[in-house]
Amino acid sequence: MLKQIEGSQAVADVVALCRPNVISAYPITPQTHIVEDLALIVGQGKLDAEFVNVESEFTAASVVLGASAAGARTYTATSSQGLLLMAEVIYCISGMRLPIVLTCANRAISAPLSIWNDHQDSMAVRDAGWIQLFAEDNQEAADLHIQAYKIAEQTFLPVMVCMDGFILTHAFEPVDIPEQKEVDDFLPPFKPRHIVDPRWPRGIGLYADPRFYMETRYILHRAMEKSEKTIKEVSADFAKTFGRDSGGFIKTYKLKEADVAIVSMGSVVGTIKDLIDQLEEEGKKVGLLQICSYRPFPRQEIYNVLKDKMNIVVLEKCISLGRGGILASDIRWSFPRAEKKDRNISSFIAGLGGRNITADDLRYMVEKVEKEPVELEFLGLKKELISDKDL
Amino acid sequence: MNEKAEELNRVEKKDLFASGHRACGGCGQALAARLVHDAAGENTIACVATGCLEVFSSPYPDPSWRIPFLHSLFENPSAVASGVEAAYKALKKGPVNIIAQAGDGSTADIGFQSISGMFERGHNVLYVCYDNEAYMNTGVQRSSFTPYGAWTSTTPMGNTTRKKNLPLIAADHGIPYVATATVDDFKDLQRKVKTALSIEGPKYIHILVPCPLGWGHPGDLTVKICRLAKDTGLFPIFEIIDGKVTNVRKIPVKVPVEEYLKPQGRFRHLFKKGVPTEEVAEIQKIANHNIERFNL
Ligand SMILES: Cc1ncc(C[n+]2csc(CCOP(=O)(O)OP(=O)(O)O)c2C)c(N)n1
Ligand code: SF4
Ligand SMILES: [Mg+2]
Repeated sequence: MLKQIEGSQAVADVVALCRPNVISAYPITPQTHIVEDLALIVGQGKLDAEFVNVESEFTAASVVLGASAAGARTYTATSSQGLLLMAEVIYCISGMRLPIVLTCANRAISAPLSIWNDHQDSMAVRDAGWIQLFAEDNQEAADLHIQAYKIAEQTFLPVMVCMDGFILTHAFEPVDIPEQKEVDDFLPPFKPRHIVDPRWPRGIGLYADPRFYMETRYILHRAMEKSEKTIKEVSADFAKTFGRDSGGFIKTYKLKEADVAIVSMGSVVGTIKDLIDQLEEEGKKVGLLQICSYRPFPRQEIYNVLKDKMNIVVLEKCISLGRGGILASDIRWSFPRAEKKDRNISSFIAGLGGRNITADDLRYMVEKVEKEPVELEFLGLKKELISDKDL
Repeated sequence: MNEKAEELNRVEKKDLFASGHRACGGCGQALAARLVHDAAGENTIACVATGCLEVFSSPYPDPSWRIPFLHSLFENPSAVASGVEAAYKALKKGPVNIIAQAGDGSTADIGFQSISGMFERGHNVLYVCYDNEAYMNTGVQRSSFTPYGAWTSTTPMGNTTRKKNLPLIAADHGIPYVATATVDDFKDLQRKVKTALSIEGPKYIHILVPCPLGWGHPGDLTVKICRLAKDTGLFPIFEIIDGKVTNVRKIPVKVPVEEYLKPQGRFRHLFKKGVPTEEVAEIQKIANHNIERFNL
């Protein structure tokens, strides 16, 4: 049913439709509305689940870890500092192959404190062995949660659904919320693999000495790579069942004919598409490659759609301090070494700590890379706020 | 004796925590873990923290556990156990005994917040603290359960602070059952585990577990040292049921703390050529205070 609702409410509604058995979370802006809405859904008896109100994100993640190891379908959500506080558990969850679903309402990281959106939080745990899916809008954010459970429970990999804080979590948009029956048909009940149960005593979380540890990482890496197939299948299956495209590996917009290819992810792609349309009217061919699955990273797909593009610009809301654009590095790595020679891959950092990314900013970026490649530039930087002694 | 009392007082040996693990000879914690799980029985899930117990009992591929064992991190066994319990409730499974367990470092320091949360939320979980009064697994560093005067590798001149009193802090959360125990009295320890598991809600049992390696005593003195800890008043034995201190173990013949301190290398520096220093008098005061406070 099409509803005009807040992004957080849409996520809470679909998570409830996925029938998690145990939910545990700790409040942090801009994730709060999601868990408040879920608390109400559980409180009103509309979802038969245990809602565990905990004293920290670290505990929230540990609670869902324990619950998942005991065979429950679980859910948690967080942002920013909360995700960092969870970090130790985040690695444990993937190492233990627990198919937990987590919403990351993307937010900047302290210091300085900022409650506003960027992608630094989920980037901080990008290497942890979690599938990371980025939503473009609230419909996709909702849809991705339904897919996330299916992907997680088929691959035994945890899934993080990343949605931009405030920009999506607090935006009211029409969202089609499916019926319970549709979700039930799409998402079968969770069949755990190994659980703690006195009927089948087994150890979960044994330690591995150097004879065994490396193989666990190799297996996890291969599982991440192999999940590509599941992510695509589930997204295709979703399209067939629900009649709309959501998720998958990558998406493109007017990319085939484009002279300049913009690569980005998350909600900013909406603004980028608008600009592409405008530029098209002005006779410029600009296209978009949108990364939906950031981990596993769709290297081959990216190569396939970008191999003829000689002018690529990566726009991202995060940075590896002392190194540069994170997504830009990934994109640069997506081409065989020999092919890189005359290909320009520019890197722009934008929107950190919630700085608006305007159409003018994007236009400036395109015009700049039409002239020359850009190694690294902060888009919309206020030079007047920076003095020489700061540098 | 009626049947129930008989069952409570029976010493159980089921080897659910099997021998062949890698603990040092005379390890109080290994003995305690065996006693706890044999008392709890097969229908039990062990949620264990990183630490000596985890390391000596759970190397892949040959763990010592014959019951389900779940380990994730150093500071979260109470949170993991809360999750297991929530799952059992949600999935309408059980009943099952869930025992979260950790060393003193995990319990008193890094996992403290998480335990408080588990108590406050009222999960039906027994928490067992194996108190060997330092971070043993990482090489005998000080924890907030390290007693006054003790040498550890991070208090090389002797510890200057006093032990945090977690049994009382636990009880003040309003949980229904708290107990202390040592590994020299199997019957008492196992009775407390069985009692705890018969009660709904969060429970806390604090077990003193001598560590020959960290305390510097021969492995065959583990049991004797427990008795001395009790008879000096340094480790009071009691239960707290619904907030009331009860079943306090009366000391048959009070023993001066010197007798407890002397066999342990970690207190050796408190004696100069066999003569006790001021610190020993300070420790005697702590014992006297306990004796008075709990009417030992
Ligand atoms: C977050 C974190 N910090 C530190 C450690 C290192 N560490 C592992 S076990 C341990 C000490 C355990 O002490 P305790 O809980 O008293 O158990 P014991 O080994 O003494 O039985 C420490 C410091 C860790 N594993 N994780
Ligand atoms: S170091 Fe101490 S606690 Fe650890 S196994 Fe040895 S005796 Fe037991
Ligand atoms: Mg210890």
